Amino acid sequence: MKEKYLINARIIDPKNQMDEIGGLIIDINGKIKAVGKKVANGNLPTGAEKIDLKRQILIPGIVDMRVFVGEPGYEYKENFRTLSNAALSGGVTSVVSMPNTSPVIDNVSMVDFLKRRGRDKAKINIYPAASLTKNIEGKQMTEFGLLKRKGIIAFTDGLKTVQNPQVMSRIMNYAGESGALIMQHAEDNILSAGGLINEGEISTRLGLKGIPFLAEKIIVERDLSFLEEYHCRYHISQISSGKTLSTIKRAKEEGKIFSTGVSINNLSLNENDIGDFRTFLKLSPPLRTEQDRLSLINAIDEGLIEVIVSDHKPEDEESKRLTFAQAATGATGIETLLPLALELFHNDSLKLNKIIAPLTSNPAKILGIDKGSLQIGRDADLCVVDINKPWVVNKDELLSKSKNTPIEDRKLQGQIIKTFIKGEMAFERA
Amino acid sequence: MAVIKKFKAVKISQNHLLGIQDLSFSEVSYILDEAKDFIKLNKSTSKKTDILRGKTQINLFFEPSTRTQSSFELAGKRLGADVMSMNIVNSAIKKGETLIDTAMTLNAMHPDIIVVRHQDSGAPNLLSQKVNCSVINAGDGRREHPTQALLDALTIINRRGKVEGLKIAICGDILHSRVARSNIYLMSMLGAEINVVAPKTLLPHSIERLGVNVFTDMKKGLDNCDIVMMLRLQNERMQGSFLPSAREYYEYFGLTPDKMAKAKKEALIMHPGPMNRGVEIDTNLADDINKSVIREQVELGVAVRMACLKIYCKKI
Repeated sequence: MKEKYLINARIIDPKNQMDEIGGLIIDINGKIKAVGKKVANGNLPTGAEKIDLKRQILIPGIVDMRVFVGEPGYEYKENFRTLSNAALSGGVTSVVSMPNTSPVIDNVSMVDFLKRRGRDKAKINIYPAASLTKNIEGKQMTEFGLLKRKGIIAFTDGLKTVQNPQVMSRIMNYAGESGALIMQHAEDNILSAGGLINEGEISTRLGLKGIPFLAEKIIVERDLSFLEEYHCRYHISQISSGKTLSTIKRAKEEGKIFSTGVSINNLSLNENDIGDFRTFLKLSPPLRTEQDRLSLINAIDEGLIEVIVSDHKPEDEESKRLTFAQAATGATGIETLLPLALELFHNDSLKLNKIIAPLTSNPAKILGIDKGSLQIGRDADLCVVDINKPWVVNKDELLSKSKNTPIEDRKLQGQIIKTFIKGEMAFERA
Repeated sequence: MAVIKKFKAVKISQNHLLGIQDLSFSEVSYILDEAKDFIKLNKSTSKKTDILRGKTQINLFFEPSTRTQSSFELAGKRLGADVMSMNIVNSAIKKGETLIDTAMTLNAMHPDIIVVRHQDSGAPNLLSQKVNCSVINAGDGRREHPTQALLDALTIINRRGKVEGLKIAICGDILHSRVARSNIYLMSMLGAEINVVAPKTLLPHSIERLGVNVFTDMKKGLDNCDIVMMLRLQNERMQGSFLPSAREYYEYFGLTPDKMAKAKKEALIMHPGPMNRGVEIDTNLADDINKSVIREQVELGVAVRMACLKIYCKKI
């Protein structure tokens, strides 16, 4: 690989508090050699491979902490190759894949399989999460130590919540020692039983059973109570309700150390978007009220929520062409994660660095991986964005194998132009 | 009824009758006006017409139903249509066939109208997107039951002349009731004031946003009402998490003479059926010919369904 000189870019790197016009040098090993305003057209060696980014924005490749891939078991929904292509077109260079596959990722041999498949079929960095409990049954904890030694960096039951408080308290107690990162999807199954959308006026009008915000809040409160006794690395995968934020705020004020994520869907859509039973907007956690959406955005601004995820969950047409009650839950989103997040910049909801950090440096820090920043010596995983480019989401143009985007026909502003993985240009928009 | 006559020329904008929420005031008036003509026909000795001769009506019932299904069947037959009733309770759908597959199969038989009842809210909407004929919602989940609300309105108009200005109490299991929702939309549209009365566990979230007054005390909720609509309490909900017992429910929310005394002297009692006597309603009150119009509701139900079949069959 030749050295590459990316010049004339607006470089934003929240980790190093950098926001300046400059360039970035990728060395022959695909690592970042230099970055910043000193890298300019004037001081480049002649003959070097030069890419003029024309003042477009250069950021670290996005780290998406919540992605579902269909391998193994549901390859018809998404495989590693299609996921990788979709991710690259969205500027995503690292993902944490959820263990809700068939079979479940709950043992060491499955991890070997996944790593091999991921390496052979995907260009992006795949960090498989293993389940918290065997077969995601919420009963028997998995081998945190052995799995961690195999390279597993996070544990979660993905779509499911560990319901049994005794099991959860033991998981948190045990995980403290091994240093495993515990990620909880917060939903009390009994309170949310049969629920399909946010409990409120819309659920009453549509005649759909509601999911009360308490189903989320009560699990967060429970787990944060455990955290007081059992210190472990704890992350709430996603929250959806503004009411949960008061619990999080209080716990942070008490000095508890944990982190919280939110899906881009809950930042960009609300329950009204469900309209006439649109199953692509059947999500977990559910879309809630406009007031909730605004509270979540504000929480990002205040730093109460550290991570934005795509919650990319590909579902084939047959799983969605059903009545709302029968349809599968989830939506794709890895390709539109950043453009949709940029909507919050364009409508003056958040400053640019407040959007970039929860997509790059914050998740990398929580996961403990050398990604999400433009640190010298690290892999040159990069994303180049034309922040003003207008475009319309057309599901047929998306690269994910499944087309269940919740924002079909949405007009967005900002598109990924180039994506680099380990110094190689892995995606370029025509 | 004179008011309604003026709207005779109104056309229905939608191809399907999916819910009261989709109807305008003039469309409702048009349907009720048509229905009124059929009341007389249904009382005559020769009840058969040929308005829908050559048309095929399929009743597609995914949930058990006696009165609604027979009412639609009779309505179609009196209009001269060929009527086929399919009960798919525990059948194809459970075996993996989806609603859309069933719809496509039926669609290939070229029906002119499909009457559907389904346990999932929104199922008729989905069905209507996939077939080439009109779809009439005969009850979906807890969302809507438009023909029930229309027949309730017709019953009230038949007795009181109009709905406007009346005070209507809807009592009982509002949470699970599509009849309550459709009636709330329709009666408010027609100008009634609506009280809903139920224990808090049987009230849907944010129900007040539908423009109703909310009560948890029957005597307060029934105070000075013109119409008392009782809803069926399903037996499985009497125990467990919603209510302590049938006995306690009857004590506080059952329609008894002392509670009825709070309503206007000439107030009417309605019930969509089937009734649980001694659970939500006192058996003597249910049969009180001076107050109860429950049987009239059934009678006018056929007329309303004839009107709907006639209007929507011609739409496509």
